[in-house]
Amino acid sequence: MLKDTNFKIGLDVGSTTIKCVVFKEQNIIFKSYERHKAMIKEKAIELLSYINKNILKNAPAYISVTGSSGLGLSQDANIKFVQEVYATKIAARKYYPNVDVIIELGGEDAKILFLSGAPEVRMNGSCAGGTGAFIDQMAVLLGIGLEEFDELSLNYDKLYTIASRCGVFAKSDIQPLINQCARKNDLTASIFQAVVNQTISGLAQGREIKGRVMFLGGPLTFFKGLRERFMASLKLSEKDAIFPENSQYFVALGAAEYAFETEIPTSLSSIIKSLKTQKKSDGKLTLPPLFNSESEYEEFLSRQNKIIVNFADISDYSGNAYLGIDAGSTTIKIVLISEKNEILYSKYLSNGGEVLNIVIESLKEIYEKISSNGNKIKIAGSAVTGYGEDLIKSAFSLDYGIVETVAHFTSARYFLPNVDFIIDIGGQDIKCFKLKMGAIDSIMLNEACSSGCGSFLETFATALGYTAPEFAKKGLFAKSPVDLGSRCTVFMNSSVKQAQKEGATIEDISAGLSISIVKNAIYKVIRAQSPDDLGTNVVVQGGTFLNDAVLRAFEREIGVNVIRTPISGLMGAYGCALYAKDNISKPSSTITSEVLEQFSHSVKSTTCKNCPNNCRLTINNFGNKNIFISGNKCNKYNNVSNSIKYNMIEYTYNKLVNLPSNKGSRGKIGIPMVLNMFENLPFWVAFFESLNFEVVISPRSSRKLYINGQHTIPSDTVCYPAKLVHGHINALMNKNVDLIFYPCMTYNFDEHFGDNNYNCPVVAYYPEIIKSNMTFNKNQTFIMDYIGIDKPKYFEKFAFKIFSKYFDVEKKEIKFATNKAYSAYKKYKQDLKNYTSEAINYANQNNKQIIVLACRPYHIDPEINHGIDRLLSSYDTVVLTSDAISYQANYKVKTNVLNQWTYHARLYIAAKEITKHKNMNLIQLVSFGCGVDAITTDEVRDILEQNNKLYTQIKIDEINNLGATKIRIRSLLAAIEERNNY
Amino acid sequence: MSVNYDKSGRVIFTRQMKKTYKLLIPNMLPIHFELIKNILQQRGYNCDLLQSSNENIVKMGLQNVHNDTCYPCLLVVGQFIDALKSGKYDPNKTALFITQTGGGCRASNYIHLLRKALKKAGYPHVPVVSVNLAGLEKNPGFKMSLSLIKKFISALIYGDILMLLENQTKPYEITKGTAEKTTNQWVKKLSYQYKNSNSFGKRIMTQNFKNIVDDYAKIQINKTPKIKVGIVGEIYVKYSPLANNNLSAFLQSENAEVFIPGIMDFIIFKVDNRIVDIDIYGGSKIKRLICCKFKQYLESIQNIFIDAIKKSNKFSPPKPFETIKKNVKPYIGYGAKMGEGWLLTAEMIELINDGVENIVCTQPFGCLPNHIVGKGMIRQITNKNPMANIVCVDYDPGATKVNQENRIKLMLATAKERLDKNNNIH
Repeated sequence: MLKDTNFKIGLDVGSTTIKCVVFKEQNIIFKSYERHKAMIKEKAIELLSYINKNILKNAPAYISVTGSSGLGLSQDANIKFVQEVYATKIAARKYYPNVDVIIELGGEDAKILFLSGAPEVRMNGSCAGGTGAFIDQMAVLLGIGLEEFDELSLNYDKLYTIASRCGVFAKSDIQPLINQCARKNDLTASIFQAVVNQTISGLAQGREIKGRVMFLGGPLTFFKGLRERFMASLKLSEKDAIFPENSQYFVALGAAEYAFETEIPTSLSSIIKSLKTQKKSDGKLTLPPLFNSESEYEEFLSRQNKIIVNFADISDYSGNAYLGIDAGSTTIKIVLISEKNEILYSKYLSNGGEVLNIVIESLKEIYEKISSNGNKIKIAGSAVTGYGEDLIKSAFSLDYGIVETVAHFTSARYFLPNVDFIIDIGGQDIKCFKLKMGAIDSIMLNEACSSGCGSFLETFATALGYTAPEFAKKGLFAKSPVDLGSRCTVFMNSSVKQAQKEGATIEDISAGLSISIVKNAIYKVIRAQSPDDLGTNVVVQGGTFLNDAVLRAFEREIGVNVIRTPISGLMGAYGCALYAKDNISKPSSTITSEVLEQFSHSVKSTTCKNCPNNCRLTINNFGNKNIFISGNKCNKYNNVSNSIKYNMIEYTYNKLVNLPSNKGSRGKIGIPMVLNMFENLPFWVAFFESLNFEVVISPRSSRKLYINGQHTIPSDTVCYPAKLVHGHINALMNKNVDLIFYPCMTYNFDEHFGDNNYNCPVVAYYPEIIKSNMTFNKNQTFIMDYIGIDKPKYFEKFAFKIFSKYFDVEKKEIKFATNKAYSAYKKYKQDLKNYTSEAINYANQNNKQIIVLACRPYHIDPEINHGIDRLLSSYDTVVLTSDAISYQANYKVKTNVLNQWTYHARLYIAAKEITKHKNMNLIQLVSFGCGVDAITTDEVRDILEQNNKLYTQIKIDEINNLGATKIRIRSLLAAIEERNNY
Repeated sequence: MSVNYDKSGRVIFTRQMKKTYKLLIPNMLPIHFELIKNILQQRGYNCDLLQSSNENIVKMGLQNVHNDTCYPCLLVVGQFIDALKSGKYDPNKTALFITQTGGGCRASNYIHLLRKALKKAGYPHVPVVSVNLAGLEKNPGFKMSLSLIKKFISALIYGDILMLLENQTKPYEITKGTAEKTTNQWVKKLSYQYKNSNSFGKRIMTQNFKNIVDDYAKIQINKTPKIKVGIVGEIYVKYSPLANNNLSAFLQSENAEVFIPGIMDFIIFKVDNRIVDIDIYGGSKIKRLICCKFKQYLESIQNIFIDAIKKSNKFSPPKPFETIKKNVKPYIGYGAKMGEGWLLTAEMIELINDGVENIVCTQPFGCLPNHIVGKGMIRQITNKNPMANIVCVDYDPGATKVNQENRIKLMLATAKERLDKNNNIH
């Protein structure tokens, strides 16, 4: 045993950094904070050697290691590991014994420790939203440094709603805002606010954060703006918010203390020795290399180089030219083509959040080239596609705005006329579509998840200190690529962490990431079974495929040689130019060089007061005449007339919220407008009004209402409609009601469409969550008994049993109310049936398309569907719901799966009904996290495709932006049109 | 051999197949299912309990079922398809066994999703045999007779007692491996007894339980204080080492004693649900009576089991079903029956009441019932039992072991701190 020592060392190995403190007695005599760039072992050896030589001078020390990446090191070096949250707790107990709550945000981890009361720790599990890495990513997206980011945030005007659940979702909220030129001050502050919301809802999960709160970790140390958001949101005074000294070393302090309390001193030289001798563990999973030899790579390249794109010198050309712009999520692509489709000019640029300036510069460059060659070229047509479509179209008066899918199809068809499958992997989306009979047959987009995309690779590359192409190239000849699976970025991060722990090289990780991008695309987005699923003539496009490693991995995975054009990254823009050329029939309106010279631009934001949606608007003013307004959920500002009057979602919603009317002598009973209570509302309103209650329903859902209940949500992965329940109950608590009625219902009405009449588990038992996680006022009674409404006879019997517990009521009163309830429900359904028939007649007579939204009754809540119905109306379609369609049917659909849920059985009926009408199509709305829809979606798709109908699915969550939704809807409408023309 | 279909297009498992086909059984509970396999073998079925645990299972699962489907389904399907593709079995001479429970959870869809996946993967002709107590999906080649049902139930209860005693002995045994050896010996012994086809009678069970308890009691142990950790959760993830990354072994390697509530309560729970359903929504009185009788039978053998352990004084016995049910009443309604329903909450409370305050609550990522009965109840449980130290762990194809173990270690660190504090006091 070694002699006693005065030294204690804490080593904190996080996901990106390694932190170390050395104590001599009670004083810190050394500390260091460095990025380890995934070379954990090497860094540790270097650091410990330095300490041993210069500070300890070979004396032994108490040492322990902590941190999310510290476990591997501790095993290799044979040092005691202490869990990082536990280490934090030890340090807090020693240095700040009065703290009640600790919030710590790290690179990829977020934690909350409740110290007073029942001690408890929470850490992010499967979701890394709202961490330092997320803020880094957002700064890259905005093209600004972290310091600037922070400064900007202190000066904000308004906060945008940014989804707080996951970094990926937040990103898809922010991207359109960037493209619409929202102010960076507002964006940065909103991003910080999203981090705060994520911490509160995702981590605290129902437990209130109060008392003295200590903030730890890099982001909270460095960002004043983030601190400010936290303090404001938690309503903390200066004295209750503690930002300790040595914040970034805090965990390391705890580790040192832990070592001192529990360990015996060891000599660092023995630790260093065992680290050096440690071999790679062979437990990790590896894949075959992408290329076995240089010659294999050569052959691959020569095959790819066969596709030829013609270029022409802009200075030699005279005649008409056509402009195509693809304003993608992270990049802008601009192409100018000749009458012979030769490329005269092209640009591929990162947009850095400055969409307009980049286009202006490119256009100026084009016009300069034209004028320096004697103005022999005329821009005779122009089109734009991508996220920035609307903005750019109106800023530069372009002729066409087309949906991405059409742009990509147009260019792919040009190079390969018989193309039957296109996959485009861009910055943050994957778009794939199958083509049948010259029309887009089915579209697959990545749902709110961008793990398989270019920006994902880029983020990883940047974190490890490389550019994306450099990084991808490293993987080409990797000997044993790491198998990272095919899942979300967050999971991928920890897979990479694990691989690093097991000693994988950068090359192996790079190749592994390229392969996982491809796997994600194939298995998550396309969900292909075999190469035949993709077709035989596959064209790949998008910047990500410019990386040979990704392309190779793709060919490998699907087992088919695919075509990548030399302008893979420009295909969208090229498609736009081709589209403009083929379609233009009048003089082009494209901005002229004179007007461009005087181009000016200003942005302001405001709230629209025209409807209860209260959208946050961003108004872009382009000097002379053009104004572009965005952020609106309707098409009010987009020059589209709203002539369609049949919108079932709106009709049903309005009908329901206007139901209650009576004043009642028995008092007020509150009903939350949530989940199963939507469609059953007519039933309950009639029931309680017959018992002389005044029925008060909870107010219209909104973001604010949601946030008010957010801190009581126990499961962060449950669907958004369920999460909203907390806000509604909270709102009812603040209304002067005596009773709040929200029953548990295992079963719903039996409509005989399926084998049983269940509610899904979440709908059935959510009142239990409310009872368990929310505190009611003493003068309010929460009625959440289990009740069945399927059989009137039993309902009457049990209703008496239940309600007589809460108020004096006679059997005959219940009997009367029961009759009223059932007939009100019947009447309600009849009314919707009539509306449906009217709507169908109207559509048939006026030659309109009908879109049936296949959804659940609660999806009519505008906060849940985000106004998709209005969007559809604005595209001149009649909107119906699967619920209302199913009311008309009286048969069963044979399914391959167990058909046992009342609401879900209607989806199959609706799908079947749609196949009977030529002008009817279906869009299925799926709430993120809906486990039952994992089963229904494939079935609905089968029913439709067997009958030669298109299937479209839209996943919805807290995300407020309709960008991806618009792509789907427009692609669907374009496909319907092409089919009709065929 | 030609394939026969029923009216709905389902592939039938024929009498002939019974003689020539290999039956594959997924492995949820290693001890219990080994006994069941042996029972089936004695009945003339040629079967294999799938022991595979390779990466290809997840891959096959991801390829053949919707990726948002729950992890257990993905694994069960993946494991079957992996087996069919492995070359070990002739796909034209292999049938699959799967249990079917029914109920409002999407888990009742496993069998359908399995068939769908088989079709996709190119094995539409492989018969899938449903094992259930409700008389769903009949097959001439496989009939659930009353005696077979009784045998299965006895296998489950033997499995429970062996699992419980092994878990309580293993952490303290002086010679490593003794407890496991005892378990294996008993699995053999019981399987042999089944041949005489009366080892499931109450009298023999009483005798067997006593002998089993005696055998474990004989194992030399050294009772040092250890962290006690309970495992609850969605049934497949809770029990199956394939799904929970060998959770129980991991906890034991971290020097903990593991408590896993047995499967018998789940069986009684499922029967009890039918009674409760009639009580709160109405229904047939006769049906209710039959269910009550069946429940009584199950409870009576559970009691024999509990008595045997009580008598030994060396092990902590489980609580009778009715006690567990009574204790959960303040927390959640008996109507919450989908998935593991109120039983999951009840198991957490029972563990805490028995002094096992450290709990891992396992669930597949996005498990619907667990939003309610697992994660949703934790606030209330910790409010009423401030010493409860519960960690929820999600399992899915993308979750890494590092991440899961990190969270579990955190729970263990708190547990360890409390254990040390208690030891200092005493």
